[in-house]
Amino acid sequence: MAKNNAKPKSNLIDGWEVVIGIEIHTQLATNSKIFSGSSTEFGNDPNTQASLVDLAMPGVLPVLNKEVVDLAIRFGLGIDAYIDQASVFARKNYFYPDSPKGYQISQMDNPIVGLGHIDIQLEDGTTKRIGVTRAHLEEDAGKSIHDQFEGMSGIDLNRAGTPLLEIVSEPDMRSVEEAVAYIKAIHTLVRWLGISDGNMAEGSFRADCNVSLRRPGQPFGTRCELKNLNSFRFIEQAINVEIERQMEILEWDGTIDQETRLFDPVKMETRSMRSKEEANDYRYFPDPDLLPVVIPNEQIEAIKATMPELPAARRARFVADFGVTEYDAHVLTLTREMSEFYEDVVKAAGGAAQGKIAANWVMGEFSGALNKAGLELADSPVTAEKLGGMISRIVDNTISGKIAKQVFGFMWEEGKTADDIIAEKGLKQETDTGAIEAIIKDVLAANEKMVEEYKSGKEKAFNGLVGQVMKASKGKANPAQVNELMKKLIG
Amino acid sequence: MTDLHRLSIRELTEGLANAKFSARELTEHYLKRIEKIDAQVNAYVTVTAEQALAQADAADALRQAGGAGVLTGVPIAHKDIFCTQGIKTTAGSKMLDNFISPYDATVVAKGKTAGLVTLGKVNMDEFAMGSTSESSYFGATKNPWALDRVPGGSSGGSAAVVAADLAPFATGTDTGGSIRQPASFCGLTGLKPTYGRVSRFGMIAYASSLDQGGPMARSAEDCAYLMNVMAGHDAKDSTSVEKDVDDYVANLNGTSVKGLRIGIPKQYFNVAGLAADVKARVEESLKKLEEMGAILVEVDLNMTEAYVPTYYLIAPAEASSNLSRYDGVRYGYRCEDPKDILDLYKRSRSEGFGAEVQRRILIGTYALSAGYYDAYYVKAQKVRRLIQQDFLKAFEQVDVIAAPSAPTTAYKVGADLTPVEMYLGDIYTLAVNLAGLPAINAPVGFDQNNLPVGLQLIGNYWSESQLLSVVHQYQQATNWHTQRAAIAEENA
Repeated sequence: MAKNNAKPKSNLIDGWEVVIGIEIHTQLATNSKIFSGSSTEFGNDPNTQASLVDLAMPGVLPVLNKEVVDLAIRFGLGIDAYIDQASVFARKNYFYPDSPKGYQISQMDNPIVGLGHIDIQLEDGTTKRIGVTRAHLEEDAGKSIHDQFEGMSGIDLNRAGTPLLEIVSEPDMRSVEEAVAYIKAIHTLVRWLGISDGNMAEGSFRADCNVSLRRPGQPFGTRCELKNLNSFRFIEQAINVEIERQMEILEWDGTIDQETRLFDPVKMETRSMRSKEEANDYRYFPDPDLLPVVIPNEQIEAIKATMPELPAARRARFVADFGVTEYDAHVLTLTREMSEFYEDVVKAAGGAAQGKIAANWVMGEFSGALNKAGLELADSPVTAEKLGGMISRIVDNTISGKIAKQVFGFMWEEGKTADDIIAEKGLKQETDTGAIEAIIKDVLAANEKMVEEYKSGKEKAFNGLVGQVMKASKGKANPAQVNELMKKLIG
Repeated sequence: MTDLHRLSIRELTEGLANAKFSARELTEHYLKRIEKIDAQVNAYVTVTAEQALAQADAADALRQAGGAGVLTGVPIAHKDIFCTQGIKTTAGSKMLDNFISPYDATVVAKGKTAGLVTLGKVNMDEFAMGSTSESSYFGATKNPWALDRVPGGSSGGSAAVVAADLAPFATGTDTGGSIRQPASFCGLTGLKPTYGRVSRFGMIAYASSLDQGGPMARSAEDCAYLMNVMAGHDAKDSTSVEKDVDDYVANLNGTSVKGLRIGIPKQYFNVAGLAADVKARVEESLKKLEEMGAILVEVDLNMTEAYVPTYYLIAPAEASSNLSRYDGVRYGYRCEDPKDILDLYKRSRSEGFGAEVQRRILIGTYALSAGYYDAYYVKAQKVRRLIQQDFLKAFEQVDVIAAPSAPTTAYKVGADLTPVEMYLGDIYTLAVNLAGLPAINAPVGFDQNNLPVGLQLIGNYWSESQLLSVVHQYQQATNWHTQRAAIAEENA
């Protein structure tokens, strides 16, 4: 299981310690909005998914979509968090054209998910536990469109009222690597649990990063918030650029202003969006149109019963049962689908003893082919059963690892089983002692010089002879068998 | 038939059922009266004559076909706070002067289902903020009993049309007394139901935790008919309660006045500003109830002084947020040539809202602001709970609590009360909304100027049947509720 490092490795940059806290907005995978019956489908014509409630017509009232509560509970269970069984919706008041009510319905004092945590995997193989302060439900805003109407802005309220879970971390991250690893871990988890599609390009998963610097042991420095980062690359770049900016100021004894900044990936800089003084007073208060969300124990228990094995547990099991490294386990559990695929491969390959070779094939040849073809796992022409079946033929010496790569290539192209391809193409490994001996004899006869060299102590010559035999057998001879027989024949 | 407007709701249902007159005749009769008399009281913001006649014809056809309900073909006026599909819905504000609602409020839809014929939309204080109906963008409504007097508010238009016989009954809403006080000023019976009994969907929000729709009519019996239409759970309003609805008409004799324990809060009758005539009439009505067998019990309501300040923090706080949607962007009033979005917001709202609405938005915004929230809003919510407990304690001793509905009779139009003077006029009604309780106003006589005086009976939660029943029996024994304003005697 995950372990807290007793002594975290030093991440200091020129003596500065980076402190990062992250707010993630993830769109919950419901068909309808959080407080209205409108569809949440992405990409339709503007305002075709805006009901009376979404338009904030006079007199309309919000009605909570119960499904979002279940999804939030699911997330809470996924980070081992406290679930508030009487959470409260609050109004966050501010004027903006894409906020039709003049307030956003969110949660303030009693969020549905309280303190929890998640373990992140770092490149050096270590694990770090990151605190999650809270996660609360809220509605998304609409979109302002500034470039399509001369002298005016357009408003599209299709997105208004889409359910979001805002996940707020503790300021526990001390490097860009940790920040990205945390966001990836949450990204993996929300998709793993089926509560969000995590589609960053469509904006259904976005991160705000709070970055500050301090000298080790000192109190937290003043932070700046980097808003709406919607790709892992931008997150990494934006934080790095912001660290540079703050370091530049602090090195010259300047002060950081608390503000919200926007990242410009073209100019590779962050720019001030609004200062603390300009920040809104949101005048939060409990929304009198909605009752507290009462969650009985039975509801939590029922959701618990449907929880899948979590990524961290599955990683640990892969290491313990299948003998893979921590890193391999991490890669194999980046998505639930991949982890399940891998387990199916192991099963088809003959069980836990084949865990390592299965991992190598899934992460190597197989993932490479998927990437090259630009395919999703679900669209792979090679199923887990077929890949595992092929691996079992390596294990039982029907084919060598080298031939297997050819077999895999044919499987990918033709979608057939390894056994069919081996039979059709005559790729079965040659294990008939007599046949191999005949080839060896021919090779030895044709290479007397090398035989002499070997006999006089040059080990390398032996390998050369084996290579000749393999070549003569078109790769089908079993290399171990060739070694053994050759030694015997040379005497 | 020149006196159709004199008939009670029960008489109307019988007349329609027995084909003594048709829904069309009845509707035409009322429309004619409106045309002739309404100019004097200025109660209708919109008269929907064409739709009304079409609804009346449909009602008659339905009756012919044997599919009529009890109220099919009975006319009604809706407070202009209820959204009505295809019809202007203004909330008494310039902000919504151009707003044609794309949907019906649940109360309006239920009325349509019951076969009610909508005569039109009636005036009110702007966004229900006021006690005189003078803050309406559409001009002050006049009290049918004295045209130089206000009808009360905010449901002043609803009260005026019933008191002038321009509609047999009307919907109202009550956030801090907006049904009971105008009913009192206009000599009507008006019921503010338990919070959650009537759907708020489509009822333009003033203060969401206090707003509640209810019936306004000439008698408890008439109110009972309308309550049967209005009450009930609505999946579109999360604060409406899933609880069986009584048959209020059938229950009119369900509560016996004999043995009924009526609480008299001693604090209520010593309020400075309680007019002598009002006090006398209310006490006489209590005496009458005592004669009928009720037992008067003195009760303590210690939180009386907290009512006005508590209400005037919570209601404006909610209002400041509820009215944020009127921003000039999607519907409603938009200022001319805004130079940017901030200018559009500022001018649309400054020009679209009247003074009282702006005052309450400012108070509410302040009460919710960082640094003041705990001292004002949170504290007010705590006091609100104490007020509620105060009532629940009293209800351990008594069945209902009696009070005046207002400390005075109707003010003069343009009396120009300061906001605080006006707010103090709500002293008897506010606590009921803060506690979410039901309460009813019944007319119990007149002051020296022949202006109606009202008695308020406050009940425990879900006691609407009981309140209607008690008032019904009082009205069987008295005739205050049958008195008509002179203007109502005019024939069209």
